[in-house]
Amino acid sequence: MADQTLNAEGLNCPLPIIKAKKALKGMEAGKVLEVRSTDPGSIADFAAFCTQTGNELLSSNTEGNIYLFEIKKS
Amino acid sequence: MADGDFGNAKSMSIIVTKGSLDWAYPPFILGTTAAAMDLEVTMFFTFYGLPLLNKKLDLKMTTLGNPAMKMPMAGMHMAMPNIVSALPGVDRGATTMMKNLFKKKGVASIEDLREAAVESEVRMIACQMTLDLFEMDRKDMIDGIELGGAATYIDVATKSDINLFI
Repeated sequence: MADQTLNAEGLNCPLPIIKAKKALKGMEAGKVLEVRSTDPGSIADFAAFCTQTGNELLSSNTEGNIYLFEIKKS
Repeated sequence: MADGDFGNAKSMSIIVTKGSLDWAYPPFILGTTAAAMDLEVTMFFTFYGLPLLNKKLDLKMTTLGNPAMKMPMAGMHMAMPNIVSALPGVDRGATTMMKNLFKKKGVASIEDLREAAVESEVRMIACQMTLDLFEMDRKDMIDGIELGGAATYIDVATKSDINLFI
């Protein structure tokens, strides 16, 4: 279960990443952020974002037109 | 790191040379995204890129000489013949259409991206020579920028993992 949810639906590149970063900034290490996006590019982008930043991508799922990510803050 | 994240010491620099509405996007998208990915980012604004630092942005674009630009129109994608692009009012129309398209597709405005760049402590350097050349005023520009020249940029570039010219 996520500690915080970011609704990035309707937003296009690079806003989901930038808003996710902003949300993570305000969270403690170990807490989990859920991101909801409608940008198909976010599947690759959140994987790359997590590789670079060291935050852990716990899950990456698609539900219809919605892309769901769970990111654990490092 | 700016926000106390654990050290990703990578860095990126971008030379920003174009200031039309469409060309303003690549440097700001890459700059803000790199900053979000914990890179140290420097943007050097020169020539037609420099007005992107003005407080008040009034960005425009032209379809003139851009055969690759096809805008969705009446259910199709249309390129504009140069002779039409050159007519009065066509650039204004294309600019309005592009801004509406950005909004409709959830693409951030340049103002928003620039604000995100400032917030994420992207280092922004205004080219002093361009400032003199075009008689622009530092006072018309946003806070938090620095003035510098080619040597300032080269110094940054030698220390950056990624150097881009846009």
